[in-house]
Amino acid sequence: MTARPLPDPSPLTQPFWTAAKERELRVQRCHACGTYLFYPRYLCTACGSDDLRWCAVSGRGTVFTYTVARRPTHPGLADKVPYVIAVVELAEGPKLTTNLVDIDPDDVVIGLPVQASFEDVDDTTLVQFRPVGPGR
Amino acid sequence: MIAGRAAICGIGEIAPRRDTGNQTTVELISRVADLTVRDAGISLRDVDGLVVHQIRSMSMGAVALVEMLGLQASFVDRVDHGGATGAAMVARAAMAVATGACTTCLCLTASTRLPGAPGPRVADQSPTAEFEEPYGGIGANYGYALIARRYMHEYGTTPEQLANVAVQQRANACVNPDAIFYGQPLTLEDVLDSPMVLDPLHLLEIVMPTGGAAGVLVTTNERAQDLRPPVVQVLGLGEHVSHWSATYAPDLSTSAVKPAAERAFAMARVKPADIGLVSAYDCYTITVLLTLEDAGFCPKGEAGRFVEQHDLRWNGDFPLNTHGGQLSYGQSGIAGGMSHVTEAVRQLQGRAADRTVPDLELAFVHGNGGIMGEQVSLILGATR
Repeated sequence: MTARPLPDPSPLTQPFWTAAKERELRVQRCHACGTYLFYPRYLCTACGSDDLRWCAVSGRGTVFTYTVARRPTHPGLADKVPYVIAVVELAEGPKLTTNLVDIDPDDVVIGLPVQASFEDVDDTTLVQFRPVGPGR
Repeated sequence: MIAGRAAICGIGEIAPRRDTGNQTTVELISRVADLTVRDAGISLRDVDGLVVHQIRSMSMGAVALVEMLGLQASFVDRVDHGGATGAAMVARAAMAVATGACTTCLCLTASTRLPGAPGPRVADQSPTAEFEEPYGGIGANYGYALIARRYMHEYGTTPEQLANVAVQQRANACVNPDAIFYGQPLTLEDVLDSPMVLDPLHLLEIVMPTGGAAGVLVTTNERAQDLRPPVVQVLGLGEHVSHWSATYAPDLSTSAVKPAAERAFAMARVKPADIGLVSAYDCYTITVLLTLEDAGFCPKGEAGRFVEQHDLRWNGDFPLNTHGGQLSYGQSGIAGGMSHVTEAVRQLQGRAADRTVPDLELAFVHGNGGIMGEQVSLILGATR
């Protein structure tokens, strides 16, 4: 059976995955202009500064767009079908690719408020999102 | 300015098929090179420029092909714009002949195809991969699904309107014996009843992989006059690269087609209303809607209604992708994008057999690469 694709972090990206293991969402923030950045960079995409520092963010955001994989996009995800691939816009601004969990795929809508949720897979922790709402 | 300086004087094509057997990419490239120069009535010895794409496992592939084809070249390039590569090759060749870097430039594309291969794409080395692939963000389908979902949310476009593109292009393919889906008409119900692959994309809104090849010969306008007529003029070109992954696109529902097309129209000094044929990249139905409105053929958000209100067939009021588009003609790798150039040239030369658009003067050709991030527009004109 083919394994699910997992990250192979570089020195640049390792802080993100280390934070995820600690159940925290951290992204880079430019110390010069205050812009939050995702994915990790060497230079700020807003001002060009190289003074980028990792900082914890709220983990709150909204669904910007999404799709439901009715067929697996990778053999290692065959047992997850149907699964939601979403772009979540964080409250701090950056967007990231993720899965939505704890929700029926047919109930997902654009604009849905979501909260980061962490799932251990082998020795990695993936950052996923679940709906924010009563009872959760 | 490119007008009056660059022209297309030959095309060649190996029609899409599902199985290219034991042919290699280099064989297909060589055969389409021969077809292309013969079409122009010249020999490979007359060629002094070569533009190709990345060919699997070949290091310095463009240089190796110069040698293999027996050329001495004063301009060689490899273009790497995904689906926009074909249009981008022609744009680069036009700039090369217009500046005098070379006089006669071959642009060649080809891809092999074996039934059943390949499965999902393997991981790439892009900086974004580790933040997308673990979540199933792999291949092009999901990216275009994200775009389509967001676009439908913002503009109220319906699944029927998206499916309409596939249906009307299929009608064109049914007049083109070279199309992979020739002889197989399609209805809205067929598209909407086909399996949902990645919401909201149905199977029949996703391009069909095939094997085949396409070539275009670009030369100076002056030299073109001595070659086999009719000559097609390169009047305008424009390019814009905005992003790599859809997740980080500045805007998902308005694309970089807009700046690319605006530049091409301005260079050619014409406007969308002057265009008689649109030959626009169509990896998915959503790609066509975004291209039509962002290039200025209809107001923003109106493309769904536009395709319902217009007859997109070769003999309709708005001829679009008269070869069937890649959705119905087939996508032979990078040659799929080049098929939009070859079809426009064929139409402007008045030799598109039973689907020839009458009295055509201007065509808008568009190439799209990646996940709507790489855009190349060309304005081509007939010589009358």
